[in-house]
Amino acid sequence: MAEAVVTLEGVRKSYPGAGGAQVEVLHGIDLVLHQGEFVALMGPSGSGKSTLLNLVGLLDRPSSGHIRIAGSETTTLDEAGLTRLRGRSIGFVFQYHYLVPAFTAIENVMMPMLLAQGRPDAPMRERAAGLLEQVGLTAWRDSKVNFLSGGQQQRVAIARALAMKPSLILADEPTGNLDTASADSVFEVMREANRSRGTAVLFVTHNPQLAARCDRTMQLVDGRILAG
Amino acid sequence: MKSWMPFEWIAALRFLGEGRMQTAFIIIGASIGVGVVVFMSAILTGMQANIIRRSLLAQAHIVIQPAQEVARPLREEKQEAPIVQKRTQRLISIDQWQRHAEVIRAIPGVDVVTPTVSGAAFALRGDANRSVTLTGIDTEDYSRIVPLPDKVVAGTWRLTTTDVLIGTELALDLGATVGDKMRIATPNGTTLTLTVSGIFDLGNKGVNERQVYVLLRTAQDLLNLVGGASNLSVTVKDIWAAEDIAQKINAAVGLEADSWIRTNNQLFLALNAQTISNTSLRLAVAACVALGIASVLVVSVVQKSREIGILRAMGASRRQVMNVFLIQGGIVGLVGSFFGTGIAALCLKLWAAILRNPDGTPLFLLTFEPGLAVWAAVLATLTGVGAAVTPARRAARLDPVVAIRG
Repeated sequence: MAEAVVTLEGVRKSYPGAGGAQVEVLHGIDLVLHQGEFVALMGPSGSGKSTLLNLVGLLDRPSSGHIRIAGSETTTLDEAGLTRLRGRSIGFVFQYHYLVPAFTAIENVMMPMLLAQGRPDAPMRERAAGLLEQVGLTAWRDSKVNFLSGGQQQRVAIARALAMKPSLILADEPTGNLDTASADSVFEVMREANRSRGTAVLFVTHNPQLAARCDRTMQLVDGRILAG
Repeated sequence: MKSWMPFEWIAALRFLGEGRMQTAFIIIGASIGVGVVVFMSAILTGMQANIIRRSLLAQAHIVIQPAQEVARPLREEKQEAPIVQKRTQRLISIDQWQRHAEVIRAIPGVDVVTPTVSGAAFALRGDANRSVTLTGIDTEDYSRIVPLPDKVVAGTWRLTTTDVLIGTELALDLGATVGDKMRIATPNGTTLTLTVSGIFDLGNKGVNERQVYVLLRTAQDLLNLVGGASNLSVTVKDIWAAEDIAQKINAAVGLEADSWIRTNNQLFLALNAQTISNTSLRLAVAACVALGIASVLVVSVVQKSREIGILRAMGASRRQVMNVFLIQGGIVGLVGSFFGTGIAALCLKLWAAILRNPDGTPLFLLTFEPGLAVWAAVLATLTGVGAAVTPARRAARLDPVVAIRG
């Protein structure tokens, strides 16, 4: 059995609701994601998918329960520790690609490395160029990201997510805003990264065809995992 | 991306470059603010220097006199209702003035120390007579205190034991011109006939009427103070430190030392009031600049909240995010100071070219010190960084989840 990259045990998340009462969004989630796994996460809107992704991505803290990422227990880490672990071990691909428009495609890919290292250098640039080549965007490496199509921007976002050689990629509906051909292309780029590098991928999607091409599918309904 | 540049600087410059119009406006605002502050500072400095130069033209920064003579009862024991009459103050010499002058010269900040003998006299010529203040000077040292050579409007700056320099008004009153003889009589009955070697104009009617300069030795003879000095005149390097130095002199030699600040107290208070009101105005302008920078950066934080969220998700620390905005504030301040200093220099040139005295001379001497530009750059940069603190903290505190969701 491959090593567990993500382990969630009894994770609950509540938010303050109207009148000060706590509203629980996730009700005791148990989840294990192994190295090399490509898992689809499906569920209706409001089921808690984004909340779950934020918790796994260390962007938010659970109300209770334990989250281990790449062997590190995260509930005991402080803000700086979470930031470091997130930068080193997790790559994000968002639905709206969310690149930084002030930078070119290659600079966006370099960004996680730049944040970790502090200053740019030649190896960083070479690695970013290699990643852009893998996602087929060598010709656009020095273009401002605003000039790229939605599909191209999403491929830049995937290259950026892979920059730190993370053990986990969290993709929040990365194909939701793309046409079928672009969605297929983006999915394949991620699948290829998953196969060639053994990166675990948690892939949130509403598209059953894409979910069917994943290793397994988890259904999240009303804050509980029903299947997977 | 330059390899030597840290992430924070790269991001700050890119963010500023991205919002070109916004950046241009805030830099223009900062430039105008810095320009106003630099311009006002230069004008104030020039104006005050001019006022002081004109006011202190005919006087030393510090005048040292012998201690006042007091009547001392001969018997020490307590007496019933003693009446001790106050002593009259005769003209006396400062005891051991040469030694005191050496001590005073060694006090830091003192520029020139020169002995003078000064007392009341009559200037007589024909039927005319005028009461005057007779001052005996060491020509070389005294000219470093009062620029008499520049003020001589007729004759020459020359004093021998038989020469006298008089003011324009006294020359008119006595009907004297250069080369004429006149008599100087002192209350002790000594009279000397002297030759008018030069006529000066110190720009003050009263001074031009009353002041008479002779050589130190001549005055010593006339006032019966042979070898003595009734005053020591002192100039200091920093005129604003005159009172402090006067107190140091008093402590060092035990003589009465009056600074121009004490003897021209009203002028000093007026200059101080002017400085305070000017500083308040400059602070108000600086506050406006700071608020302008802060408001633009607050808007920038709101506009870039999604990017900040993404950077945080990718591993940017709160400190890194904060620094990006602090650097933006600093850059705006620094660039604003460059343009602002340029604007101020231009305005000062225009001021000097347009505003002139009726005789065509400059209204007053305006100097643009390089130090002022350096100070403007440092203070504007610090103001920019200070103004950016609130927006930067706001950016650093952004919850990445909320920021990404927008």
